[in-house]
Amino acid sequence: MIWAGVLVASVACYGLKLAGLSLPQAWLRDSRIQRTVPLIPVALLAALVAIQTFSTGRHLVLDVRAASLVVAIVAVVLRAPFLVVVIAGAATAALLRLL
Amino acid sequence: MLQTCALSILMFTGASQFALVGVIGAGGSVWTGAATAVLLGARNSLYGLRLASLLEVTGLRRVAAAQFVIDETTAMAIARDQPEKSRFAFWATGVTLFILWNLGTLIGALLTHAIPNPKVFGLDAAPPAAFLALLAPRLRAREPFAIALAAAAAAIVLLPFVPAGVPLLAIALLVALFGVMRRP
Repeated sequence: MIWAGVLVASVACYGLKLAGLSLPQAWLRDSRIQRTVPLIPVALLAALVAIQTFSTGRHLVLDVRAASLVVAIVAVVLRAPFLVVVIAGAATAALLRLL
Repeated sequence: MLQTCALSILMFTGASQFALVGVIGAGGSVWTGAATAVLLGARNSLYGLRLASLLEVTGLRRVAAAQFVIDETTAMAIARDQPEKSRFAFWATGVTLFILWNLGTLIGALLTHAIPNPKVFGLDAAPPAAFLALLAPRLRAREPFAIALAAAAAAIVLLPFVPAGVPLLAIALLVALFGVMRRP
């Protein structure tokens, strides 16, 4: 079942990439599409940050991941590279659990 | 482990891969995860559109080029001032990233199999940090910043009441409606 989801989503993601290269230029150049499509990843990524920090399954929880998020936000504001942000977040949680 | 590696080879667009795994990991249905991944992948269409005139690829080369249409290759290609340099940047970035990304995935998959309790290393705090790092460069203007805050708040409010992954789909739908309905 997971395999089916992996394959279908992969094929769809590839299709979206190929469509961009292949469709008539005017088709996607519609200004509403140009304005809307970049907003979707912004909303989804922000929602994912919130969900993965403050929940376990369907329960809202406040644990060391909240502190990790604060550290990650500081790293991002300082324009740290991707890996530094991820490691800073994970290390914060690991350290706090050790205490 | 095979599934993790297949994602990197076949999907090859990081945010979508993380989202699919995240939704399934939180107990959501595979199909909610797949839908979220596809929605996150929609921006690659716009990149493709932008790159089409630069790359001028046809036939088999286009079929191969398409898999490399992602954030990084687009950024590298459109930053050059001559078409030949753009093309070189696109292919060089694409091939290098594809190899390293898949190698990294394999190493990660092997390592996490060897770790009995990922929480000890704070690995459960890594995905939100990764999503935040992917999000940050898109927040340079006021409107996306407001949308990000609203989406995060909406996700927290919806979460206890619907199956895992569903808040993401609802938020994607709402923001798409907002984008299309609003006046320029």
